[in-house]
Amino acid sequence: MKDITNSMKITIPAYSRNEGLARMCATAFASQLDPTIEEINDIKAAVSEAVTNCIVHAYKDKIGDIQMELRIVGSDTLYIRIKDKGCGIPDVKKAMEPLFTTSPETERSGLGFSVMESFMDKLKVKSSEGKGTTVTMTKRLVTRNEQTDR
Amino acid sequence: MSVKISNSGDKLIIFLSGEIDHHSAAEMRYFIDGELERSTPSVVVFDFSEVDFMDSSGIGLVMGRLRVISGWGGKAVIENPRPNIRKMLKLAGLEKLTGQEQKK
Repeated sequence: MKDITNSMKITIPAYSRNEGLARMCATAFASQLDPTIEEINDIKAAVSEAVTNCIVHAYKDKIGDIQMELRIVGSDTLYIRIKDKGCGIPDVKKAMEPLFTTSPETERSGLGFSVMESFMDKLKVKSSEGKGTTVTMTKRLVTRNEQTDR
Repeated sequence: MSVKISNSGDKLIIFLSGEIDHHSAAEMRYFIDGELERSTPSVVVFDFSEVDFMDSSGIGLVMGRLRVISGWGGKAVIENPRPNIRKMLKLAGLEKLTGQEQKK
């Protein structure tokens, strides 16, 4: 396991207006790895999906806390953990199927986990009913130097 | 709000701007549906040139409006999506609406 070279932890209440705030915090933290615009956009989208899941599903009927922890691992890898203490997901495998949604009436597309999975390198979802869900994602950022070397 | 509407004949142009997420999509949906139901246009253009961010809530917004528009046999197109928006549309299988689908 590579060393954690920097980290940040924030806790925000599950208000929908905080979706943008979470994206901004993640972007600010990731900027120290000098990401490309595409990488920044991928990170923003993945964070937005994870945080929206907490707001829409985990804390459906209340405003709970969402914890986001960000780490730089080694010299080039971004680690993001988004954790809630909400209702949990009864069937994680089912929830991760593309287009599966429990809220079609509110026009949820069922693509949240698909976005996290395809825009980041690794995605792990741990959930326990009544206790909450933790989403862990990592992405290795190609440094500018590597790009010019190619 | 970050939605502007312009009408030209039977065509309705919807200019979206800013960030489309779960928070902003609800208000956009309400506003757009009001306009759609009033004018039932045969062609709806979603102009994404000023949208800098969109997550899957935006996909839900677009798919929902497609359903509404198809209610009277209308058609929709998406214009000027930035690369990140295009990537999201592609993931959802909606890239065909941009008229620039990549051949496999």
